[in-house]
Amino acid sequence: MAETEGNPWRRFLALPNESRTKTLVMAFLVAAVCALMVSGATVLLRPIQAANRAAEEQARIEALVRGIPGMADLLQQSGGTLSTVVIDLEDGRAAQDVTPATLNAALADTGNWTALEAGTDLAGLGQRPDYAQIFLLRQGDDISLVLLPMTGKGYGGRIDAILAIEGDMNTIAGIAITNHSETPGLGGRIEDSSWQSAFPGTQLYDDGGELRFNVARGEASTDYQVDGITGATRTTRGISNMVRFWLGPEGYGPLIAAIQRGEF
Amino acid sequence: MAARFDLWTTLTEPLIRQNPVTLQILGICSALAVTTSLATALTMSISLTVVLTLAAVLISLIRRHIPDTIRLIVQIVIVASLVIVIDQVLQAYFAEISRALSIYVSLITTNCLVLGRTEAYARHHAPGPAAVDAFGNGLGYSLILLIIGGVRELFGRGQLFGWQVMPLADQGGWFTPLSLMLLAPSAFFLLGGLVWAIRALLPEQAEAPEHEPPTEVRAAE
Repeated sequence: MAETEGNPWRRFLALPNESRTKTLVMAFLVAAVCALMVSGATVLLRPIQAANRAAEEQARIEALVRGIPGMADLLQQSGGTLSTVVIDLEDGRAAQDVTPATLNAALADTGNWTALEAGTDLAGLGQRPDYAQIFLLRQGDDISLVLLPMTGKGYGGRIDAILAIEGDMNTIAGIAITNHSETPGLGGRIEDSSWQSAFPGTQLYDDGGELRFNVARGEASTDYQVDGITGATRTTRGISNMVRFWLGPEGYGPLIAAIQRGEF
Repeated sequence: MAARFDLWTTLTEPLIRQNPVTLQILGICSALAVTTSLATALTMSISLTVVLTLAAVLISLIRRHIPDTIRLIVQIVIVASLVIVIDQVLQAYFAEISRALSIYVSLITTNCLVLGRTEAYARHHAPGPAAVDAFGNGLGYSLILLIIGGVRELFGRGQLFGWQVMPLADQGGWFTPLSLMLLAPSAFFLLGGLVWAIRALLPEQAEAPEHEPPTEVRAAE
């Protein structure tokens, strides 16, 4: 039995190296074995390589968030691991077909924006994207911090900010203004850490679940308020409306509800 | 006893006496390109040594059955496949270094050193000696790469393996880095200097001059 199987192979090996059959078969065998080796390595190692790339992306975003003044300390205190999620603002769930890498491409398509009606458009934006990239800081399985990017309209133009909310989804952990064009010395003071320091600890909702947060005119009088800035009424109202809009039903409201239900 | 002695010489000859880089001037493209730091030089050295040894063993195993007409392409296919595997492994486990080495790992395929050893040695010897010879040549290559990489990183950045050996002047130390060391020409200088030093110590390595210098200088006037 073994002899009949072994024979053709032996006969092949015994062929002179210069014979055409042997040349062709050798070329084919070497190519096949090498192809097997290369595809094997690629298939086996692909998951690890993908994980590497994901870790790289993660590190880049972490550096981005840490680079925002005010956020670095906050992250330092909270510890845990930062992850990035693109969410669908409509239903507050993680977007199925949009990743952080493809977000910009998706937002270039006007089909992915929703026009806002005058009554709901607190922040004066006119339209809002359907997808937003948010950052979650986890400790174990629990979310300890949520970073929500938001955009509003101040006196001088657009204000971009990141609001950090603690895991209870009710306490503000901090705010960072990433971009604004308010009057220096007046509205521009929203950049100052002295003003921003009023945010941590401020409550968003009352016991009935009503959104109560606002920026006071003058000094804060309730747990839901932060101090206003004298001489910058429109800027502070802009911030107030921005936070109220983005935490409302047209903004991150569905997301916050989903996190409270424990869906993240 | 004699066989073991032979293996030992096969292993150690390529370190200095038959060094593939300094004597045969093989594989200097990568030796110049990846020696800006010790870490990349070390990774490159290990990759090349592994590829070279594995290729030598594989080719030596099938040496009696490689048709002469296609022997070069068979060798290159084997070497190239091994290089792809190594490259994939590096990308998976040493992502950062793999990025620093960029295409030079893939270029091991075309490194004359690998084909030179498989063609000149592994094709005529049993797997054991072929592996030893390939490993020795890999070590010889590594030695040169590490020397050049070490000198370049030390004088170019004041570091060794990324660890600050000499405090930099702009950080309050005394050492001003020679940025020339991080540029390609410095590798030429260093490699040239190394070749000169080795040939000065081992004069039998010096090649016979191709041209005799004119003896009668005045004849030109």
